[in-house]
Amino acid sequence: MLRFVVRRLLQMVGVLLVLSLLVFVWLRSLPGGPVSALLGERQTEARREALERALGLDQPLPVQYVRFMQRAFQGDFGVSTQVLPGEDALDIFLSRLPATLELSFFALVIAIALGIPLGYLAARRKGTALDTTSVIFSLVGVAVPVFFTAFLLKYFFAVEWNLLPVSGRQSIGLDATRVTGLFVLDGILTREWDAAWDALKHLVLPSLALATIPFAVVFRITRASVLDVLDEDYVRTAEAKGLTAKVIRGRHVLRNAMLPVVTTVGLQVGALLSGAVLTETVFSWRGVGQALAEGFLQKDYPVLQVLIMAAAAIYVLVNLLVDITYALIDPRIRTR
Amino acid sequence: MSTQPIQPAVRHGEPLLAVRDLRVTFGRRGEEPFRAVDGVSFDVRPGQTVGLVGESGCGKSVTSLAIMGLLPTRGNTVEGTAVFDGEDLLSLSAQQMRDRRGADIAMIFQDPLSSLNPVIQIGRQVTEVMERHQGLSRKEAMPKAAELLERVGIPDPRARLANYPHQLSGGMRQRALIAMALACQPRLLIADEPTTALDVTIQAQILALLKDLVVETGTAMVMITHDLGVVAGLCDEVNVLYGGKIVERGTRHGLFARPRHPYTVGLLDSIPRLDAPRGEALSPIPGSVADNLPWDSACAFAPRCSNALDVCVEKTPAWEGDDVVGLRCFNPMGVSR
Ligand SMILES: Nc1ncnc2c1ncn2[C@@H]1O[C@H](COP(=O)(O)OP(=O)(O)OP(=O)(O)O)[C@@H](O)[C@H]1O
Ligand code: SF4
Ligand SMILES: [Mg+2]
Repeated sequence: MLRFVVRRLLQMVGVLLVLSLLVFVWLRSLPGGPVSALLGERQTEARREALERALGLDQPLPVQYVRFMQRAFQGDFGVSTQVLPGEDALDIFLSRLPATLELSFFALVIAIALGIPLGYLAARRKGTALDTTSVIFSLVGVAVPVFFTAFLLKYFFAVEWNLLPVSGRQSIGLDATRVTGLFVLDGILTREWDAAWDALKHLVLPSLALATIPFAVVFRITRASVLDVLDEDYVRTAEAKGLTAKVIRGRHVLRNAMLPVVTTVGLQVGALLSGAVLTETVFSWRGVGQALAEGFLQKDYPVLQVLIMAAAAIYVLVNLLVDITYALIDPRIRTR
Repeated sequence: MSTQPIQPAVRHGEPLLAVRDLRVTFGRRGEEPFRAVDGVSFDVRPGQTVGLVGESGCGKSVTSLAIMGLLPTRGNTVEGTAVFDGEDLLSLSAQQMRDRRGADIAMIFQDPLSSLNPVIQIGRQVTEVMERHQGLSRKEAMPKAAELLERVGIPDPRARLANYPHQLSGGMRQRALIAMALACQPRLLIADEPTTALDVTIQAQILALLKDLVVETGTAMVMITHDLGVVAGLCDEVNVLYGGKIVERGTRHGLFARPRHPYTVGLLDSIPRLDAPRGEALSPIPGSVADNLPWDSACAFAPRCSNALDVCVEKTPAWEGDDVVGLRCFNPMGVSR
């Protein structure tokens, strides 16, 4: 198990190195670039060259890349050029991370807490109204763009009916103590219950919007997987032993049915990260996704570089956790 | 309902299981119904081993699953009775049936690998039956599970308790399944082709084990197989099944010495024999079950039968016999072969 983890961590470093090169080249091949964005209307040939030299953009790409990597290994990913000019790019990422973590965590919890039980029920009641309705909803859930879902939720629940906050993570004027940067958790840790409640209310709509696609995917995989497992010979063996319905469900059906679901949840982290860009924009949620959108619009290379690499690292790490979980459930992997 | 536990529940000579006119029909609304089991009746007496023999698709598994209450809950109808120890299993509630399965009647299946849960240790898969039916805790049941594994011939049983199915060989897996089936000392064991998925040498070992165990414990057994060779070594009584009906029944000795139904003769001729001269071709039965005629107006076997008469495609041959010997044929084979 330990060797497995170490090997996967080494693989991860390799993946990130290759990715860093790809992102570096890709960003610099985009039209425009930071210089035009910075200078805007005031662009002249002389100013342009001076700025390029100052930013090191006049050097050939390989040289730029080697310099970038040298600094990166010392924890220096450059400073933001546009999003927050002068601010350390890594600091920008770190300051935005808790907001996105909190949002994604709630979205994932919603997706799993609804998707797995509903998927199980739909499979057990295959062909009934419950099954058909949930399948249709899950299809809609995958098909409708996150942006649209977010907008609809905001329009009805916040703007029209005024049930929940329109945007942001906290009501203006609320003075809350910060510990972790995860607002709900902070409220609980400091026993500032009003702050926790306020943060929770702000979370409802964005996390629902972000949860739709992961929910739909988890639901459908669970349903399909449970249907497969119900047909397995070992479930018939369990029935032949006269085991109670509860034991058969928990020990024999769900445990095996969870294997593909675990993998799927890991892959959904990708969907969460891209969904976060859109959801955070709609709800003015000051997280990584929003910073990424801004950085992209304004061609802030250092910020983009850090955010994309961090997103990739998180994705790979989460999938490593997923593989470990998988190995814990499935002895065929663990004892190989 | 069940009688006092101490009183011997089965009187001597009375059948332990009496299946009468069992019919299983598949088909949902709008579909042409398909009768997989068509009026099957047979008895199993205490301690007896009864064979259910026939080609693939003749309804062997469906018969056993119907008796066990393990057919899918929807898409089929089951008629007839299966009286076990004085109560009709087919009219019990799902919950009452759960209490019988694994305790009074156990079953082992064809493919030992797929029949074991891949993510649960062998020990747990044995103890869970005892936890369920004998009210033991997992801790109490574990040493008993080790004893059971030892009894079915698994070496180093204590270490095996913690193994997962993929860590055992095919033969060991089937032994483990047998241990699970026998954990609560059932009075009837239904074995559905328990050796088909195994190597030839292992097959013989498993059959020998089953034979020893049923003799030792007095468990009655229904042995389902397509292989008359298995029957020869094991069964006291044999039922030959064709197209969902029993076409011949006899004692092991009677049936092998004087088979009368043309289908039984065909099955016997297709057994590989060690004493046959090398290179002598086996004679399989011509055609396949796809050629079957409907039983309600003919003998289903007629298109494949070398003895067929005109009457065979006009009327259903009636069952002539009793619960020990019997035959369903207009033109049986001659008395001696
Ligand atoms: N769930 C089901 N729905 C519809 N038809 C079924 C179902 N299960 C079995 N059958 C049909 O019933 C018939 C008898 O099947 P059964 O499994 O009892 O055969 P078998 O004698 O056990 O053969 P084998 O040697 O292949 O195991 C087959 O034609 C099969 O297609
Ligand atoms: S009834 Fe006729 S067709 Fe059927 S087995 Fe006997 S002889 Fe052959
Ligand atoms: Mg079968």
